Amino acid sequence: MFKSLRSQLTTIWTILQHSFTPAETVQYPEEQPYLAPRYRGRIVLTRDPDGDERCVACNLCAAACPPDCIALQQGVREDGRWYPEFFRINFSRCIMCGMCEEACPTNAIQLTPDFEMCEYERQSMVYEKEHLLISGTGKYHDYNFYRVSGLAIDGKDKGQGQNEAQPIDVKSLLP
Amino acid sequence: MPVIHIDGQEYEVEAGQNILQACLSLGLDLPYFCWHPAMGSIGACRQCAVVQYLNPEDNRGRIVMGCMTPVMDGAIFSLNGDKASEFRRTIVESLMLNHPHDCPVCAEGGECHLQDMTVMVGHRDRQYRGKKNTHRNQYLGPLIHHEMNRCITCYRCTRFYNDYAGGTDLAAMAAHDHTYFGRHEEGVLQSEFAGNLVEVCPTGVFTDKSLMKGYTRKWDLQSAPSVCTGCAVGCNTLPGERYGKLKRVHNRFNAEVNGYFLCDRGRFGAAFVNSEKSLEYPGLRGEDGRFNALDHHSALMHMVHACHAEEGKNKVAGIGSPRASVEANYLLRLLVGAENFAPGFSDREQPLIELALALQQDSPALIPDIQTIESADAILILGEDLTNTAPRIALALRQSVRNKAYELAAELRLEAWQDAAIRNLAQDQRSPLFIASVADSRLDDIAEDRVALAPDDIARLGFAVAKLIGGENISELEPELQARAQAIATALQNAQRPLIISGTGCGNAAVMQAAAQIAQALCQAHNRAMLALAVPEANSLGQAMLTGPGAQSLAQLSKRAAAGKLDTLIILENDLYRRGPKASIDALLANVANVIVLDTLDNATLSASSLALPAASFAESEGTLVSMEGRAQRYYPVFVPRQERRASWIWLLAVMKESEREEVSELHSFDDITRACASDIPALSGITGAAPDAHFRNAGLKIPRQTHRYSGRTAMRADVSVHEPKQPVDEESPLAFSMEGLNRSQPGSLLPFVWAPGWNSNQSLHKFQSEVGGHLKGGTAGARLLLPATGTSASTATQPDATLAPSAPQQPGQWQMVPRYKIFGSDELSVHSPAIAELVDPGFIEISSDDARALGVNDGEGLVLNKPDNASQGELLTIAVATLEVRLNDSIAVGCAGYSVGLAGTEDIIAADKLVLSKADNWKRHKPQIIGSDGGGSTGGDHV
Repeated sequence: MFKSLRSQLTTIWTILQHSFTPAETVQYPEEQPYLAPRYRGRIVLTRDPDGDERCVACNLCAAACPPDCIALQQGVREDGRWYPEFFRINFSRCIMCGMCEEACPTNAIQLTPDFEMCEYERQSMVYEKEHLLISGTGKYHDYNFYRVSGLAIDGKDKGQGQNEAQPIDVKSLLP
Repeated sequence: MPVIHIDGQEYEVEAGQNILQACLSLGLDLPYFCWHPAMGSIGACRQCAVVQYLNPEDNRGRIVMGCMTPVMDGAIFSLNGDKASEFRRTIVESLMLNHPHDCPVCAEGGECHLQDMTVMVGHRDRQYRGKKNTHRNQYLGPLIHHEMNRCITCYRCTRFYNDYAGGTDLAAMAAHDHTYFGRHEEGVLQSEFAGNLVEVCPTGVFTDKSLMKGYTRKWDLQSAPSVCTGCAVGCNTLPGERYGKLKRVHNRFNAEVNGYFLCDRGRFGAAFVNSEKSLEYPGLRGEDGRFNALDHHSALMHMVHACHAEEGKNKVAGIGSPRASVEANYLLRLLVGAENFAPGFSDREQPLIELALALQQDSPALIPDIQTIESADAILILGEDLTNTAPRIALALRQSVRNKAYELAAELRLEAWQDAAIRNLAQDQRSPLFIASVADSRLDDIAEDRVALAPDDIARLGFAVAKLIGGENISELEPELQARAQAIATALQNAQRPLIISGTGCGNAAVMQAAAQIAQALCQAHNRAMLALAVPEANSLGQAMLTGPGAQSLAQLSKRAAAGKLDTLIILENDLYRRGPKASIDALLANVANVIVLDTLDNATLSASSLALPAASFAESEGTLVSMEGRAQRYYPVFVPRQERRASWIWLLAVMKESEREEVSELHSFDDITRACASDIPALSGITGAAPDAHFRNAGLKIPRQTHRYSGRTAMRADVSVHEPKQPVDEESPLAFSMEGLNRSQPGSLLPFVWAPGWNSNQSLHKFQSEVGGHLKGGTAGARLLLPATGTSASTATQPDATLAPSAPQQPGQWQMVPRYKIFGSDELSVHSPAIAELVDPGFIEISSDDARALGVNDGEGLVLNKPDNASQGELLTIAVATLEVRLNDSIAVGCAGYSVGLAGTEDIIAADKLVLSKADNWKRHKPQIIGSDGGGSTGGDHV
């Protein structure tokens, strides 16, 4: 009996204490809170350090997307790189969960702290690749998928990737 | 049945299996790479390791390979024990040492057996610090992409390509971790079955090159059960669509038909659906001769008006098509009346196909499916170049000749799956295969004896074999052929399951009759004989069944048209310019006021029409096709046709509804038409059994065309409108254009894709089979319409007056034209697939080098083919039929010249015609072109 009374009082005291702590909520939009760089907002498509599109159109983001709001089509460039012929995200469906960023094997998709996407027209919430592609590398400055992948592209032959040996000469008899 | 113990559980398993088969059949997940249900075990990859214990007291056990260990009663195994699973994990780890970081840019990703197995064994991090081996890729032609870095050296590719499909130009090279699978030099893979490497390779070394540009992952493909329209074999396929484009075709397992494999025409030829020549709107020819686009309804009204038959005034005729569905042909026949309906064969072909049907209907022999063909232990091919006319049968024959090897193995009590051991044991010993054909074929390497003869001589040889089996005298025959006939007859009589194959290919009725006679003679001699007759197109046999014998021919229609007795001609999915000489088709079309053409792609006939209606392709519509073995099979729309394209049966039904025809008042849906056709046409009464009707539900649910992971639904069409439309509703079939429903245990004719938890690749198929490699759980697709005739009474069709004496020798200076088929090019539609188009050769004429010397031509030069003009007396007058490029082929029968069927320049040549050849002056090679493509047929080589 005494024990439970004490519990009740402790609870009331804790609640009272909270009445005097400063509020976390801010008067948005007049007042803008600090959003960390890792905040999950609108996505962007980034470029690798060489300035080429990072997206290889592997489709993993689309598969991971819970509201299925990403659609894209792969294409192959003259230089052998895979790229998205189109990359479309319907932000009116997007829940900014960041699953696409997690799924992305090339660090192409990155979420930005920008979440302020208000439109009178829902159609304007449909973003294509040209709206998403930025000129920089985003949060990951050094990563270049084609340096680690085994695919040969113009300027990077077989055996020139990271951790790759020179191509094997099949006709050699040497062990 | 033996009882085995796996991880403490008792299981009853099939005798004669190995542990891997047994585990997979039981539904237990045991990783594997090199084993393949159709190719047996070699124990190369060491992945299916399990622990076997000597007895219940043994607690150490030893590691054995599942695929190399037969099941034995009372045997004790552990799958999940630490030792076995650790072993399997380290095997995957070592396979992954050199595997590149490619999955995002690999066309196998998402349906990769290596991915699945890696996840299954729990391997995650590469611990090896050394560098990864790399390899250079090879160019392997327009169909297959090579990425050698990804190889795990399981040897499945060479085992399929060389051992199973008889290819010679793909091999394993070098040794240890330098092993390389490729050709001795870059170049197009020569096998007609190279496309199967895409599905056989457990990782992404061999991928579908046509899919590489505009690639779509397996989970994003919308697919439906379909049937290949490339030839009459009727292989079951799984076409996949995304964004309104047919992306690829995979094999759909059917234990009785294609099993695990397709030919390259079927796999890569279906891309004609995406052709720029496909029609989207109806077109009405205006005053200026140009086509004006119409909407669906006004096109229908024009057609109704043209078909409106007043008493004795407007006469309407219809030409069906052996490449259109039974239902569409049936409706057209209903619309114009049976007496005004031509099946759409060429005049030469029609009696042959009617005969092929009659022979099979009357024959006491078994009409085999492919699985049964593979059981044959002595084979005779008469006049058919199967690799090019019915490719999948040729692949099956390569398995049939191995029955000798299996017999030898059985004597040594070797299990049938001991692939390497049995091949070593048998070496070059094969079941006898005899080929009598007009020239060489791709099966010659496995033939015991091959003879090149003119078609009439092939028939004589066949009749002689039949007589020998019947105990008759064949002394009229030339002595050399007598010996051959004797050898063939002996081999067939000694066999348990002899198979005779012939077909319409060499354009000779007697050849087929000879084949039927041999089969009949064998049946009378108490052998279980089989008779297979190849026909040219996907629904040739169904068309013959629909019209029955004595249907209108094109010649008869032309005659009626010339007499002014035809006002309207409706042509269903048929390019007539492939069915006869250009002049006669021109005349037929010119003599009819209204020519209405329904077709998928633009072609010469369509260009000559007054009203053109866009018909949906096989990938956008439903229909039933009857294959050469008389199997009725249903195909379903993979995607909804765009714009005003409609299935032909929808167009025709709508016309009849608008005309308020009584016959169709009760027909509302596709199933109604199938049922009406089945009840009207006795020969087709079985087609309703080809697949369940639209009311079928799988545990109360429809069957989804999309995988549960299908992505992008709310963004695919968002560029047009952000408001997502409702998914299209399919009222004609039990399949749904959505991911909702149940894809499990339904009838095999309704299998839209294979996927099982943990098994993303096509290897998941075993989860859909009653036992691994066996029939599908829900039953095999298709309904057989041809059953062996009871009794052995000889019908008139199989008993022609067979004379064995050689016919009068050919006039010197004349050559008999014999058809030569090409897997790439002889078929009408597949050549519109860009990948196949790269492999199509220009039209050619094959003559022996002796003949070439006599004519003064060399390989690659031009030859003019002249028809002797019978009207002229004395002085030799000729009419030029064609000018073609010469190819030297010394295997061609004496007095014969082979012309390429279906390739440009050969449209006016008729098989068995006797033509005069002369050297063409100023010959210039021309680009590959097919009949009926741009410009509506060409005249062969250009004279400069």
